[in-house]
Amino acid sequence: MAGFDKRVSSYEEALAGLEDGMTVIAGGFGLCGIPENLIAEIKRKGTRDLTVVSNNCGVDGFGLGVLLTDRQISKVVASYVGENKLFEEQLLKGEIEVILTPQGTLAEKMRAGGAGIPAFFTATGVGTPVAEGKEVREFHGRKYLMEESITGDFAIVKGWKADHFGNVIYRHTAQNFNPLAATAGKITVVEVEEIVEPGELEPSQIHTPGIYVDRIICGTFEKRIEQRTVRK
Amino acid sequence: MALSREQMAQRVAREMQDGFYVNLGIGIPTLVANYIPEGMEVMLQSENGLLGMGPFPTEETIDADMINAGKQTVTARIGASIFSSAESFAMIRGGHVDLTVLGAFEVDVHGNIASWMIPGKLVKGMGGAMDLVAGAENIIVIMTHASKDGESKLLSQCSLPLTGAGCIKRVLTDLAYLEIENGAFVLKERAPGVSVEEIVAKTAGKLIVPDHVPEMQFADH
Repeated sequence: MAGFDKRVSSYEEALAGLEDGMTVIAGGFGLCGIPENLIAEIKRKGTRDLTVVSNNCGVDGFGLGVLLTDRQISKVVASYVGENKLFEEQLLKGEIEVILTPQGTLAEKMRAGGAGIPAFFTATGVGTPVAEGKEVREFHGRKYLMEESITGDFAIVKGWKADHFGNVIYRHTAQNFNPLAATAGKITVVEVEEIVEPGELEPSQIHTPGIYVDRIICGTFEKRIEQRTVRK
Repeated sequence: MALSREQMAQRVAREMQDGFYVNLGIGIPTLVANYIPEGMEVMLQSENGLLGMGPFPTEETIDADMINAGKQTVTARIGASIFSSAESFAMIRGGHVDLTVLGAFEVDVHGNIASWMIPGKLVKGMGGAMDLVAGAENIIVIMTHASKDGESKLLSQCSLPLTGAGCIKRVLTDLAYLEIENGAFVLKERAPGVSVEEIVAKTAGKLIVPDHVPEMQFADH
């Protein structure tokens, strides 16, 4: 790596240093905007006992779901697991620890984590099971829960285009949790569809500034669609 | 006759106002988009990070990177914007969304809602529902009045884990439109041909029945 050139040439190199027991924050919503190849590399490496922080946990056999098959994940922080039978099964059997977290709270936990804010207050979840064991404080006559932020040993992110400085833009709704995850990793790895020439990305249009990004790799993506719906 | 899914969506669509930003939940709430009154402009928010959701794409324009919160492929209309999940929930939690429509398993007279978990059975997660009910001032719950076994879903106290406490004021069921005031359901409208007696029988929570309960009107479709 020279200067600000953050490109790596293999997925092995992209995830070098990922070890058993680490916390990985992953971008993506459902199967949209997921770091497919980085997930595949975690499966290949066989890293175990991972805590995975992601809105969903993929589907059976795709996305983060592939890490469930070999029981590489011991704990998941997610908001919705409705499309994943294996996940539901492991959860109901108590084989995997799951912290179901409201989606907005999860996004804010990542954002705050990346911004150096250790905790924040939100009205979301007051009076629900989510509030159990958490500090409640009243502001302006309304109750709010204290939620702690999240950071990860690694963040794995899927972008559209990046330059070698690590500046990233996302495509359409494949943005979702990706820019938040990118800020919250001690080591942030971004895989993109295209690495462009320096200067090609318009500075005012960058979604994730390169300061958050440690490693960049270019990949090819299946982009599986979960709910294929067309106009009648 | 109990309302069909389409009629429920049609009734809720009447609560739209020109210039509203609206979040529609998964299921029947999604159908509301089909009944937005002619000449009215409404922006649909999808919590994965899209404001200005358009119709489903054609086979030619389908794009894996363009989905809604139900993970369905969609399009963006003119005037749309796309952003991160944190930005999306800033809109929701900051109270910027004018109307939220979502489904539920149970609602009670205190305005509590349970919609995300049946202990020991179904584990799906709350998704964005807890944020939506905590952040929105204007919420309509759409649900069937009773379960398939005839058990009321309008209760004096929710039996399932809550999605939000004291946040629901309006409920549309297949039998009635009700508002929640001072610890009771108030029967505001009934489905065409459905008797007040039937609604009373299927409402477990305290129900106030005004002298006159108008029947909902639907144009033939």
